[in-house]
Amino acid sequence: MGLRRVAVVGAGMTKFVRRAQETGRELAWEAVSKALESCEMTLDQIDCVVMGTAPDAFDGVHMKSEWLADGAGAWGKPYMRGYVGGGTGVFAPAQGWYHVASGLFDTCLVVCEEKMSPTQPHPQAAFNSIFDNITERPLGPNLLWIFAIEMNAYMNRYGLKKEDIALVSVKNKRNAADHPASLLGDPNITVQDVLNSEVLAWPVQRLDVSPVTDGAVAIVLAADSVARRVTPKPIWIEGIGWCLDTAYWTNRDLSYPTYVEEAARRAYAMAGIKEPRKEIHIAEPYDPFDYKELHHLEGLMLFDKGQAPEATALGITQRNGDLPVCPSGGLLGVGNPIAAAGLMKIAELFWQLRGEAGKRQVPGNPRRGVAQAWGDLMQVGTVVVMGK
Amino acid sequence: MSLLHTLEHPTDARVWRGNLPLYHRYTAGIAGEKFLRALKDEGKLFGAKCPRCGYVYVPARLYCERDAAHLDDTTWMPVGPEGELVSFTAVYVDLDGHRLEKPQWVGLVRLDGASSVTMHYLGEVKPEALRVGMRVRVVLKPTNERVGSIKDIAYFKPI
Amino acid sequence: MEHLVYPTRGLSEQAFEKHEVLFETWHVKAEYAWDTGVAIGKYLDALKNGRLIGRRCFKCKRVMVPPRMFCEQCFRPTDEWVYVQDTGIVKTFSLCYVRWDMVRLKEPEIPAVIDLDGASKGMGILHKLGEVDPKAVKVGMRVQAVWKPAAERTGSITDIAYFKPIQ
Repeated sequence: MGLRRVAVVGAGMTKFVRRAQETGRELAWEAVSKALESCEMTLDQIDCVVMGTAPDAFDGVHMKSEWLADGAGAWGKPYMRGYVGGGTGVFAPAQGWYHVASGLFDTCLVVCEEKMSPTQPHPQAAFNSIFDNITERPLGPNLLWIFAIEMNAYMNRYGLKKEDIALVSVKNKRNAADHPASLLGDPNITVQDVLNSEVLAWPVQRLDVSPVTDGAVAIVLAADSVARRVTPKPIWIEGIGWCLDTAYWTNRDLSYPTYVEEAARRAYAMAGIKEPRKEIHIAEPYDPFDYKELHHLEGLMLFDKGQAPEATALGITQRNGDLPVCPSGGLLGVGNPIAAAGLMKIAELFWQLRGEAGKRQVPGNPRRGVAQAWGDLMQVGTVVVMGK
Repeated sequence: MSLLHTLEHPTDARVWRGNLPLYHRYTAGIAGEKFLRALKDEGKLFGAKCPRCGYVYVPARLYCERDAAHLDDTTWMPVGPEGELVSFTAVYVDLDGHRLEKPQWVGLVRLDGASSVTMHYLGEVKPEALRVGMRVRVVLKPTNERVGSIKDIAYFKPI
Repeated sequence: MEHLVYPTRGLSEQAFEKHEVLFETWHVKAEYAWDTGVAIGKYLDALKNGRLIGRRCFKCKRVMVPPRMFCEQCFRPTDEWVYVQDTGIVKTFSLCYVRWDMVRLKEPEIPAVIDLDGASKGMGILHKLGEVDPKAVKVGMRVQAVWKPAAERTGSITDIAYFKPIQ
């Protein structure tokens, strides 16, 4: 394609917490300071900044990316925000990628921040405006309706039971017990715990859902020659893809995320991947609900339609399994600060592929991983393939 | 076929009303908490001086935006209570566009010792005597009325 | 990478209730007056008259409900109004025990995506089910709109109170 190769050379993050005392800007800076520290770079070596942050309604500051800019290291620099709802965290590195790949900049700091806790009476309320203002909002809907309806469609199509899906929540929350930033890691959680938890919107129960969270993550991107000077272990961004489906969400086949498949095809094509199931060694799909991990694994074409639950039951997606999925602990375990969550997955692949994931390390010298996020009105798929 | 339609009767135009039923609870932040408590409890204004570039931020911050340095406790220093009026204006309408009974005077002040400017109300103002560059002094609310808010400063007054 | 996780300070809800930290509260005073547009304007008019109306695109042949003045797939204006029936099939549903602000409900609300007879297959609209035992709701169930009396209809999707199973 005639574009430069781009690598991730550093990463840092905040702890993911339910209510941060830090302001959104301070959260952004905390992640940035750790990212710069991780690769011993200074802010003046950063050529541009990309910010990913989701609804202004959460932090409660209009045009919040501009407000976050100084905490994100963007003072006096070219700066741009990307926002595709929950898909943002994997879209931001794609944006950062083309800043550098194009030759316009040698280095790029990608920052994703979310502070959900300011929203009252409850952060869920901010999602209400997702529904059509005239034809849906008068019905008094809430976000759980859409997820529960989608989960039901998926379960119904393949004849799945709650137990089949709860295995994902158990795996991820247990994995997260080994993540130093995690909010809801639990080494002892069982399927029964999930099935006993409060029913929110059947079939969704409390332990099927990732928590409301505040947090920020930052990564440093560098062009080929620069990357090799900064670190002996650059992790290359090999493919990116993104795709949007219709906002008329009731018109979609809710049992399958076509927009994720479309984004994945583009990312795999760019990375030269012909058989994803064989060539991908770690997957970090977006898991705001346990059934979404399964939904997305199928959209990523890592398992055939309807087959992800069985693969999970067989242990294939455990950390020491054939295809580890969400070794980080995912959103279910680490937390879900909307935009930052996706970038947490990118950071996880970075650490995993460098062998620096500590207790979460996937064995066997993994060489390639895929991260995926999802959001907007449940309609965007964003995919990034990383490798060494 | 054109997509533009005209209505034959104005009453055919339909409007749907709605709102965003949200409110927000903002923490002061790590730096903000310290700054406002010092203001409330001690009546003191603090800036933070970056050890790398020397810029003094008021209110004091957790980090320097120019080089991402951490502005820890050792970098905090008192500023003011006097300063220079960098700019000012008189506001005649409120947020909804209604006329105010009396104009609200607002100024930008660079407190002595600070690099940055702070916005606040101006009080005890003689309009004809206001000048950019004039000296001003902070006026705090009495101790028992201070709550840990930027409005613990009542206003800046020309001196 | 433990050292690359900043020790962010988490607070409890109590910290706010007891005013252990300083905070400000701010109410967003954002009110909107949205023009309904031609398509939805007509949709609401029809609802007031106890009817459901859609729009057809001659190219892809879809009948869209709610109606759209342009087809987003063919990217051309749509062609004609089509009344659809107030009966249909439940494509999927949920039993929701919490409100928009997470306050718990005793009896679940039953949101559902309903394929209306006369609209394209898979078109689906969001509404609620009523007069049905939550345990008895099934994907594929046939349902019928229950309309509010004419005097109570205002030109809103809630002019249909809910959909109930057809026995």
